[in-house]
Amino acid sequence: MKFLYRRLQALAPLFEKGGRFERLYPLYEAVVTIHFGSSDTTRGRVQVRDALDTKRFMILVIIALIPVTLFGIYNVGYQFYAAIGEPASFGSMVMKGLTVFMPILLTSYAVGGFWEVLFAVVRKHEINEGFLVTGLLFPLTLPPTIPLWQVALGISFGIVIGKEVFGGTGKNFLNPALTARAFVYFSYPAYLSGEVWTAVSSSASRLVGYTSATPLGVAAATAQPQAVTDALSEAGYTVMHCMIGLIPGSIGETSVLLCLVGAAILIVTGVASWRTMVGSVLGVVVTATVLNGLVSDTTIPFLGMSPLWHLVVGSFAFGAVFMATDPVSSPDLKPSKWVYGFGIGVLTVLIRVVNPAYPEGVMLAILLMNVFAPLMDYSVAEYRVRKRIPNGL
Amino acid sequence: MWRRIKSSQAFAVFTAPLSIKNPVSVLVLGICSSLAVTIQLKTAVVMVLAMTVVLTFSNGILSSLRKIIPKNIRIIVELIVIASLVIVADQCLKAFMFDVSKQLSVFVGLIITNCIIMGRAEAFALANNPWLSVWDGLGNGLGYGIILIVVGAIRELGGAGTLWGISVMPEAVYDMGYVNMGLMVYAPAAFIVIGLMAWLQRTIISDMRKGS
Repeated sequence: MKFLYRRLQALAPLFEKGGRFERLYPLYEAVVTIHFGSSDTTRGRVQVRDALDTKRFMILVIIALIPVTLFGIYNVGYQFYAAIGEPASFGSMVMKGLTVFMPILLTSYAVGGFWEVLFAVVRKHEINEGFLVTGLLFPLTLPPTIPLWQVALGISFGIVIGKEVFGGTGKNFLNPALTARAFVYFSYPAYLSGEVWTAVSSSASRLVGYTSATPLGVAAATAQPQAVTDALSEAGYTVMHCMIGLIPGSIGETSVLLCLVGAAILIVTGVASWRTMVGSVLGVVVTATVLNGLVSDTTIPFLGMSPLWHLVVGSFAFGAVFMATDPVSSPDLKPSKWVYGFGIGVLTVLIRVVNPAYPEGVMLAILLMNVFAPLMDYSVAEYRVRKRIPNGL
Repeated sequence: MWRRIKSSQAFAVFTAPLSIKNPVSVLVLGICSSLAVTIQLKTAVVMVLAMTVVLTFSNGILSSLRKIIPKNIRIIVELIVIASLVIVADQCLKAFMFDVSKQLSVFVGLIITNCIIMGRAEAFALANNPWLSVWDGLGNGLGYGIILIVVGAIRELGGAGTLWGISVMPEAVYDMGYVNMGLMVYAPAAFIVIGLMAWLQRTIISDMRKGS
């Protein structure tokens, strides 16, 4: 490490003021801080003293994402071999998963990184670690069959329109990874319609056009006389299946159990708000219970899906743990976090059940509540100010 | 000759709305129709023509009447003039370009409420002579037009792979796995494209100001 440090130090004059690559200073700074940590400290009078700076914060999120990422890689391979009906060893499943997931991840990092560096150089700010999280979150929300050029377009949109337009990390009001996904979702709906995920097909294998429905697809397609639970068990899904997550779906979202592990890491380290997560679970439970009460012979059976099922299917767990708790786009005050989380839960179930065009509602629910986050904070602050007793009474 | 034109007031009045005072991307007026008619290039161009004609004539007429219009009822007078012109434009489109007119549907009629027209009438035509007002109307119509045509071209190319109804995306690109961008067909795409253009233009303008 010492050797590397000396080399980097030797390069410093090239990038500092007056150096030949002065404009590329953010790039140099990023390389140095990734390896050695920053020596910059706040100057002047400091009000808030906290060791949890943006960098550590973002790295903790990445650590929390590691379990779902690894499981996602394994699951992609598992689904592939399950689809072509060949038994395979653990190793070959992981290898298959890696060959599918790594290109998507690298595309996301390379293209997103290009925009990040471009804006850092033009606007002369530092390259922010938040990008590492966005660049990992986005591929995890995509199906394994997504074409790479769509990944590139999506992450470009997410970084530029979702974040840099508003001034970079900390100033975006939407979650950039979800903005990227929303772009792909509305631009190329056939590739992530949510109802049917095409299993991974390679040109060498016999497998072309194999499709398998996700639990949500099955639930939404259930016809009247049958109950949702029956349809799901007929398709081979149990609550336990969906908890563990060896089911078709987007790469990172299938395993509720590992999302909970991630949630535990985030809550213990103080990075994410447990209020948002609990609020959104409450929202789902309340809305699903209300909808269950409305079931009759003429309604679609989807209305009768129990709250427990709503919690384990689709990407609700992933969204509530990793997307909704984004510190920038979620509200800051405690009461507004409850309202915000609750709103996400309510909207998720409503979009799933009431709107037949969108099988999954977590993404749209979180984006919509992101938009309302500043209003919630404002209202809570106003309410508190109004409750104060004026001096001199 | 060119220098005389360039230094004339009419020239300045005409060119300002094409660049630094663009009604759509800088003043953010007339957004509603920009979102509605830009799915295809053809409808965008026809809309621009109708808009430019109406704007030029309304500016000219209102400017020549400016001394006899009583101040209290000027809005009503403006509306009567603009509405008459819009009806003429609408009827002409229906007579000669029925298909496009059907696609544009209500938006030609809604030129009446386009804020650019009322805005130019109030802000310019009532305070300046007819000669300058006509140039101002033409400039604003074309300034509106530049944005609409560029947005229309981008949206049609992205959303359908065509321009003016003619397929321009080569088949080979589709064979390689390219798919039309569904988002471009929705109205939010127009918002995003106009937003990007406004961003670009404002950056250029602020750079120009810093430079001079």
